[in-house]
Amino acid sequence: MIVAEGKPLEEVYQMIAGARKVLVVGCGGCVTVCLAGGEKETGILAAALRMKRQLAGEPLETVEVTLTRQCDPEYVDQLERFVTDDVDCILSLGCGVGVQFLAERYPKPVFPALNTKFAGGTVAHGQWEERCGLCGDCVLHRTGGICPVIRCAKSLMNGPCGGSQDGKCEVNKETPCAWQLIYDRLKLLGRLDQLLQVEPVKDWSKAKDGGPRKVLKEEVMLP
Amino acid sequence: MPTTESKLEKLLSEGRFVVTAEIGPPKHASAEGIRHHAELLKDYVDAVNITDNQTAVVRLSSIAAAVHCLQKGVEPIVQMTVRDRNRIALQSDLLGAYSLGVRNVLCLSGDHQSFGNHPTARNVFDIDSVQLIATVKMMRDEKKFLCGEEIKEHEPRFFIGAVANPFADPFEFRVLRLEKKINAGAQFIQTQCIFDLDRFDRWMAMVRERGLHQRAAILAGVTPLKSAGAARYMQTVPGMVVPDAIVERMKKAADAKAEGVEICVEQIRRLRSIEGVAGVHIMAVMWEEIVPTIVEKAGLRSC
Ligand code: SF4
Ligand code: SF4
Repeated sequence: MIVAEGKPLEEVYQMIAGARKVLVVGCGGCVTVCLAGGEKETGILAAALRMKRQLAGEPLETVEVTLTRQCDPEYVDQLERFVTDDVDCILSLGCGVGVQFLAERYPKPVFPALNTKFAGGTVAHGQWEERCGLCGDCVLHRTGGICPVIRCAKSLMNGPCGGSQDGKCEVNKETPCAWQLIYDRLKLLGRLDQLLQVEPVKDWSKAKDGGPRKVLKEEVMLP
Repeated sequence: MPTTESKLEKLLSEGRFVVTAEIGPPKHASAEGIRHHAELLKDYVDAVNITDNQTAVVRLSSIAAAVHCLQKGVEPIVQMTVRDRNRIALQSDLLGAYSLGVRNVLCLSGDHQSFGNHPTARNVFDIDSVQLIATVKMMRDEKKFLCGEEIKEHEPRFFIGAVANPFADPFEFRVLRLEKKINAGAQFIQTQCIFDLDRFDRWMAMVRERGLHQRAAILAGVTPLKSAGAARYMQTVPGMVVPDAIVERMKKAADAKAEGVEICVEQIRRLRSIEGVAGVHIMAVMWEEIVPTIVEKAGLRSC
């Protein structure tokens, strides 16, 4: 899933400066799972902003709606009746995709309330970790199911750098060295010979360097 | 038979025990220091590494520094990291360096930018060090750019180097990684500075077992310590192993600098006796002046 976390309250507060009525929109997708932008967080953020405004003597009106997903037009359409003339801006608690979908759909300022972090998963309650850099050309079959693109700080494709020690990455002692993990795993699987192959240079045009990407599934496309 | 015009390659092919040292370009735009150090090292070493924004700190360009060395009659080994340049810039710089007379290149991944003076920088790592080695070789031997396009004339003919760290983990994989670099085209290897000779011995045994010392010249890295504090600091650097005994020796010494030199000279003597070690690489970071003394004391030159 996409993992995000809330921006500092002060930063969001500054974004909506001058607005009298704000539509605060949560998302029921990934950001609900990572406890950053679901219905609950939407309510808490709206309340915090109202209180802060109250103290500043400039009361704020908020309307809170949580869509099933902000990254699907059919759900984004459902917001229409809430986007009334008196709404000064929209605050999205979706990931960056949600923010952009709302901005594309409605002629109002749309602000991000979250920092969208990465594609990852839950490794412990309240702890999420990045697992994929969305490179568009997966190599996991050659690296024992561990991603070197994102889990190695240098995205090395041919084995560990000279800073790998005691299983930790040179960049951060808290982070396992991806190549130690890959080595251990391939050893376990009896596939160490894999690591002697010189990996060809990567085709980053399939990653974000090639510009925005598209996935088409023609069999389900409407004529 | 040498494959390039590199003097370093020629000496190695003649079986000479070679000495290389290192010059770190300054954090300003004057070449005076580099030229001074080049002059100092000229008669004592066979070639000098020019570091490339070492520890991810912005410094005078390694290719420019290499030209200053050339002008002083010292053969440079240009270090090239993949951290700061993509495949287009790397190949362009290879052409540029060669056109200026550089004949040796050392391919590295480079320290992560979080260690340097621009920790919020975006890194590149478009290709990795093994792929850079293969690229330099491809340009030379196949006369092709990485994209497959032909280099119609004047292909750069570099003597290709790489690094190996016998002290990083996973230990058993280190020799495989070396082999991989040699398979990719590395012809000489400079190691991380060696303090733990036992571990280096074990590593060299594995290197010999796979015959790698016959396929590439292994230059053993050494670093003279200036103080006990420096030794303790080195213990904390990722990928370095400094035995406590050395720290103790430095602590007890009346003259720490002299002791540092003494330890370094002893290490060189021992390293020289290890089968498969073709030379030494002296990394006297911020202490280039000491290199001639070490070289003389270790009996590597009788000047
Ligand atoms: S190789 Fe690419 S697609 Fe596969 S996990 Fe890593 S970043 Fe994601
Ligand atoms: S220590 Fe491991 S994970 Fe960290 S940069 Fe080096 S190879 Fe990559």
